[in-house]
Amino acid sequence: MSPYLDSHREDASRRDWQHSLHLDAMLLFSLIALSTLGLFVLYSSAGGDDQLIVRQGIRLAIAFTAMALVARMPTQWLERWTPWLYGVGLLLLAAVLAFGDVGKGAQRWLDLGFVRFQPSEMMKLAVPMMVAWYLADKRLPPSPAHLLVAGALIVVPVLLIAKQPDLGTSLLIASSGFFVLFLAGLSWKLLGGLTVLAGAGAPVLWHFMHDYQRQRVITFLDPEQDPLGAGYHIIQSKIAIGSGGIFGKGWLNGTQAHLEFLPERSTDFIFAVLGEEFGLLGILVLLVIYSTIIVRCIYIATQAQDTYSRLLGGSLAMTFFIYIIVNTGMVTGLLPVVGLPLPLVSYGGTSMVTLMAGFGILMSIHTHRKLLPT
Amino acid sequence: MRVTIKDYLFESRLFMRRSVQALVFAALLIAALIGRLVYLQVLAHEHFTTLSDDNRIKILPLPPNRGLIFDRNGIILADNLPSYRLEITPEQVHDMQGTLDELGKLITIRDVDRKRFDKLRARTPSFKPVPLRFHLSDEEVARFAIDRHRFPGVDIVAGLSRHYPHGPLAAHALGYVGRIDERDLQRIDASNYSGTTHIGKVGVEKTYEAVLHGKVGYRQVETNAEGRVLRTLVRTPPLPGENLYLTLDAELQHVAEQAFGSHSGAAVAINPDTGGILAFVSQPTYDPNLFVNGIDTDTYKALRDDDDQPLFNRALRGQYPPGSTLKPFVGLGGLEQGITTEHAHTYCPGFYQLPGKDRRYRDWKRTGHGTVDLSSAIAESCDVYFYDLALSMGIDRLHSYLSQFGFGQRSDIDISGELPGLMPSREWKRATRHQPWFPGETLITGIGQGFVLTTPIQLASATATLAKYGQRMKPHIVASTQKSDDPSLTPLPNDPLLYIPIEEREHWHAVIEAMHEVVQGRHGTARKVGENAPYQFAGKTGTAQVFGLKEEEKYDAAKLEEKLRDHSLFIAFAPLEKPKIAVAVIVENGGSGSAVAAPIARTILDAYLKMPETP
Repeated sequence: MSPYLDSHREDASRRDWQHSLHLDAMLLFSLIALSTLGLFVLYSSAGGDDQLIVRQGIRLAIAFTAMALVARMPTQWLERWTPWLYGVGLLLLAAVLAFGDVGKGAQRWLDLGFVRFQPSEMMKLAVPMMVAWYLADKRLPPSPAHLLVAGALIVVPVLLIAKQPDLGTSLLIASSGFFVLFLAGLSWKLLGGLTVLAGAGAPVLWHFMHDYQRQRVITFLDPEQDPLGAGYHIIQSKIAIGSGGIFGKGWLNGTQAHLEFLPERSTDFIFAVLGEEFGLLGILVLLVIYSTIIVRCIYIATQAQDTYSRLLGGSLAMTFFIYIIVNTGMVTGLLPVVGLPLPLVSYGGTSMVTLMAGFGILMSIHTHRKLLPT
Repeated sequence: MRVTIKDYLFESRLFMRRSVQALVFAALLIAALIGRLVYLQVLAHEHFTTLSDDNRIKILPLPPNRGLIFDRNGIILADNLPSYRLEITPEQVHDMQGTLDELGKLITIRDVDRKRFDKLRARTPSFKPVPLRFHLSDEEVARFAIDRHRFPGVDIVAGLSRHYPHGPLAAHALGYVGRIDERDLQRIDASNYSGTTHIGKVGVEKTYEAVLHGKVGYRQVETNAEGRVLRTLVRTPPLPGENLYLTLDAELQHVAEQAFGSHSGAAVAINPDTGGILAFVSQPTYDPNLFVNGIDTDTYKALRDDDDQPLFNRALRGQYPPGSTLKPFVGLGGLEQGITTEHAHTYCPGFYQLPGKDRRYRDWKRTGHGTVDLSSAIAESCDVYFYDLALSMGIDRLHSYLSQFGFGQRSDIDISGELPGLMPSREWKRATRHQPWFPGETLITGIGQGFVLTTPIQLASATATLAKYGQRMKPHIVASTQKSDDPSLTPLPNDPLLYIPIEEREHWHAVIEAMHEVVQGRHGTARKVGENAPYQFAGKTGTAQVFGLKEEEKYDAAKLEEKLRDHSLFIAFAPLEKPKIAVAVIVENGGSGSAVAAPIARTILDAYLKMPETP
């Protein structure tokens, strides 16, 4: 072990266990509270399917373990591995497009024989890491030339993933990269320019969209036009949330969810189950937990001691927020239907591990600080 | 370690500023989200609660059980059998081909089923179930039940299916039910038929559709989005259709149908006192069960293209020249209108000529009947006598008198699809042919040829009217109805249509006596038929000429010969004094009336009169 790894040992005694385990108590307890609430909602949405809860529990255990393991790794290691991780990820993405399995009309999986692997998950971490790594030794705010390179580092994997096609993940990865740039001091002028460019580029993007993606946009704009087809998800989830009212229908009493009107109710639309059964109050509790996590993560980022950690930590926090807002926005009918889970509440595996690994990075950032004289 | 010159303090402040901005951005979006939630959960809460309730509560129709049809002795003619059908709701099936293939391993799915399914599916909204198979066997139901979880959107629906236990017996009278089609939809109350799959298509099933169908019930159920019913909240039971008791006698019907052998034709037996139809034969017939759940194309084509036209309801829609069976009515008209008397003589040389014309109108007996009066003219079916009488009457009086018996008009029998036949008149000819009426046409009308056409039901009704001295009852086949919860029968009202005014009762008696001579006199044309009859009866033979083949008919030497043969007709009623049954028989291409049609009529009379009296 390198000597500076042990330097934190002299930290205050009340933080002993946090530092020896490289965990952040506030973040950890918030995450535990979140997953616990998630399990309750999931139990209801799954119609009392114990197996589902057990599987989700196992996944959570794996994800928390991954978090704890990542947290033990010093940020310097992560920084060193970043280019390799990114490079391998890019290769795997290309491999997926070439040989990937087709599941639900999209190529996302790479079958390595013993395990099915989704390289885009890896890129959720690798892209912000790579951009942060690239900008870490640059002068901030970044120069236009550096921005161009950083932009390329983001756009290439995003396009590869969008082509699978996986709109949700590519959007998430794009925003994780974007937040690195934003936190690095991307000028507001340039940001405004990019927004205008994006607006102008929308028709072009439309041209390249798959039919089902276009349908989602159309559905978003007017869900009522096809109430039994594409607009069904949104209409039903709005009914579920709206009928929940302030106090909700009570746990396990959501008629929308239990009568199976609500599609994808254990996965992407689980927020509607929460809204129906626990009402506005339940949702506010969830939002408080989420906000605590985000604020804590941003705080950790601001306390970080190097640029790489700061940018990466801040980006991970904001990506977590994007996860939340895209999912809840979709379920409440504010945003188009984009297949993203509600973090740590929705049923599902791979993304949860990635997400928790991200929190592991944040904990690592926080617990591997060198003690600086104040 | 990479080394760069960086302003750490500046970058730290920049990062802090940007972090705060990012948090503000996040806070704004979360505020927007909360705003949205307040709208959904507080402001529009009522609205969504209503929608949520609507979502899970559905109104499902409960189709009523169709009324049963019995003959006059309570023999069941149309029954409902429990049956299972397999329905698929296309919306809930992601891989239709795969589902159908998998289903095919459990239950038999014929090409016909697939075709019908595809056709129905094309015009049904995808959230509505489409039937794939009808009449699943118990085994198939059991096999599917085990694997049901593998087939979302596929359901077995229990229901009752119409069944005609006697198959082809009286098929033309009963008709059949079939699946509701677009034409039906236009004439029914759609809400009363929600849930009903079948509707009366022809025959009694169609005429009495409103009575047989009943009233739909409803069930308020809680369902899931897949439409599977979780529980019933409110149930309004349907009102079952009423049962029908026919005037028809299934046994007599059977005897009558058998009597035709391989001949094509029709026979209608009627109770002169009531107008109730006792037998309603149209041969050949078909099995109505074939039509209940959609007949397959090949079978249908075979039936439709059959030279003997089994689907053609001859008793109701067959329009035949009545031939000599019209003579008693013409004779009666002559007497009643004072044109001739019972004893007035006419000399028959075997032909008749209009004054000043060369054309000879032949008598069927080339040598002539010699001197005949009305009685012998009817008994021997002398054409010349009736040529002369018809000419004396003129077409106007002929038309008006015969029309009173219902010739050329629909009898309004309660079986749908009746054709009117034709009783020609000057007006008719002017209107349809733009020609004046020629005297020659009056002559041949007098012997039931030329333009005049009757349907078997019309002829039977006219015979019954004659037997009852002008008391004309409207023919009907349904006697009474019976509510499902009340065993008592409610007779349908049947008032006599009208009485034909009688000038002299003796005239009627004379004609009837002449008809008695036909079958039981020494010179009667059908005296063989009357031999050994244990009762007295009256009858009249008829032979109707068949005019050339239709152009589109194929030339077939053997068939052609048969098709050119005359139609054989016979009308009769019995017993003579107190008639209980009147019958009209037409055998297509049967030759002379006495040879083929008369024995069939005798068989029917014998069978009916042998039966114990019904109260």
